[in-house]
Amino acid sequence: MSTPGSLLERTYREDHGRIVATVIRVLGGDFAAAEEVVQEAFADALAQWPREGAPREPRAWLIRAARNKAVDRVRRGVRLGARIDALEAVARIEQALTPPPDGSEWQALPDDTLRLLFTCCHPALAPEAQVALALRTLCGLTTEEIAHAFLVPPATMAQRLVRAQRKIRDAGIPYVVPDADALGERTRGVLHTVYLVFSEGYAATDGPDLLRVELCAEALRLGRLARSLLPRHPEVASLLALMLLHHSRRRARVAEDGGLVLLDRQDRALWDGEEIREGLAELDAALALGARGPYTLQAAIAALHAQAARPEDTDWAQIAVLYERLCELSPGPVVELNRAAAVAMARGPEHGLALVDDLETSGRLTRYHLLPAARAELLRRLGRHEEAAASYRRALALVRTGPERRFLEERLRELLDGADA
Amino acid sequence: MRYVLAIYENEKQWESMPKSEADQVMGEYLAFTEGIKKSGNYVAGEALQPIATATTVRIRDGKRLTTDGPFAETKEQLGGFYLIEAENIDQAIAIASRIPAARTGCIEVRPVVDFSQPQG
Repeated sequence: MSTPGSLLERTYREDHGRIVATVIRVLGGDFAAAEEVVQEAFADALAQWPREGAPREPRAWLIRAARNKAVDRVRRGVRLGARIDALEAVARIEQALTPPPDGSEWQALPDDTLRLLFTCCHPALAPEAQVALALRTLCGLTTEEIAHAFLVPPATMAQRLVRAQRKIRDAGIPYVVPDADALGERTRGVLHTVYLVFSEGYAATDGPDLLRVELCAEALRLGRLARSLLPRHPEVASLLALMLLHHSRRRARVAEDGGLVLLDRQDRALWDGEEIREGLAELDAALALGARGPYTLQAAIAALHAQAARPEDTDWAQIAVLYERLCELSPGPVVELNRAAAVAMARGPEHGLALVDDLETSGRLTRYHLLPAARAELLRRLGRHEEAAASYRRALALVRTGPERRFLEERLRELLDGADA
Repeated sequence: MRYVLAIYENEKQWESMPKSEADQVMGEYLAFTEGIKKSGNYVAGEALQPIATATTVRIRDGKRLTTDGPFAETKEQLGGFYLIEAENIDQAIAIASRIPAARTGCIEVRPVVDFSQPQG
């Protein structure tokens, strides 16, 4: 039997998004007011549940409390949404307060969460605002937590959230699930937002830590949510598969000293077998739904790694083919760099080096440390140690996270000592 | 809600366009305008003379300063606008994407302030 405190904590983690989603609808799309009354409802629960015992249906209790707060506010003359007058607001909220005629306890509609997901990821909002709103409302992260995860001052993040909520209100961003003809495009936007959260967590672009596990976990929550809400959409399943298969390696990817461990040196016993199984199942589901997009290809690549018991069992030829296809679908220097690495493994370092050299000549990755790092690795394998050392030094001049810096320094030292020759 | 759909495009494209093509685009504008009148979304709309006709006026220290040219030199210029009534930004975006200039320039969608509602 869980205590009221732990039940409340779990309800907050699991149901904050659904509760806010419903209250936003009840309040006619007013994000800011909905968030405030939901916070007040949680504060009431914190005081009441330990004293009076936890309610049988915590979520319904909280939604009802939040709606009562909203009615109180309107009666006291506190303005809710810009476009509802007070009488209309009270009528609307009270109607929503009436229990369903069949006597069942009121429940959040899955549609509300879907509305919230699409509204947070509306293309009229800047990508960083979409990410912040989704984490704030759907995942229930505090402004401070989001600011910390994205390494910006809390005041900056607070301002970003306020601006986004204002734009939703003033530009008339509707609180709806898009029509069928816009659903495909809009779903791609949602997936991109979730992917941004995951990427920032998985490969932090700056700062002392390599991974921000809490962001990856939130992205997975959002991915599972999207998957449950849009079960027939192939790319949703692909993205979830991709995230699970990458996330499964998190414990093996960072050494005890916080340093980066590359795929071929990871202890595969540390990979999360449960997440791999789930990821492979999601990939199968995606393929059965006809998925062929960029997330699917990336998930398929991750699956081939996950299925290799030892690094030397990896099907590099197949991975190189998948990267080639990925370069066609979503061309970009980083994808091409990964393709070069796969080709080097499948057909020999000299073939990979030729592709890396092409990329370098194109001048599109001049500020990216992984280009000279990849070049150094291939030169080392070809026994061209002096050139390799020069490339490692160039990578070190560009690298921004601490663990990656240590990794490159170690590689350079190994090379100079001849320990890894 | 009301929205202004501000049409930005490179005027030079118009100057260099063969007459038959320009006629076709004008036809598309007529059909578009007719369409949003029929659907009840149209409130107003105008096409503007080229940027060379623009004059900018300022009052500084009580003195009027009149200069030739637009407020800002940009690659794409404000060439016209529609004022529409739409249910929400999704409908406004859907209408904006049917303006012919969306294919060659871009359309800025801006909500209009409703002074009958409380501000803040």
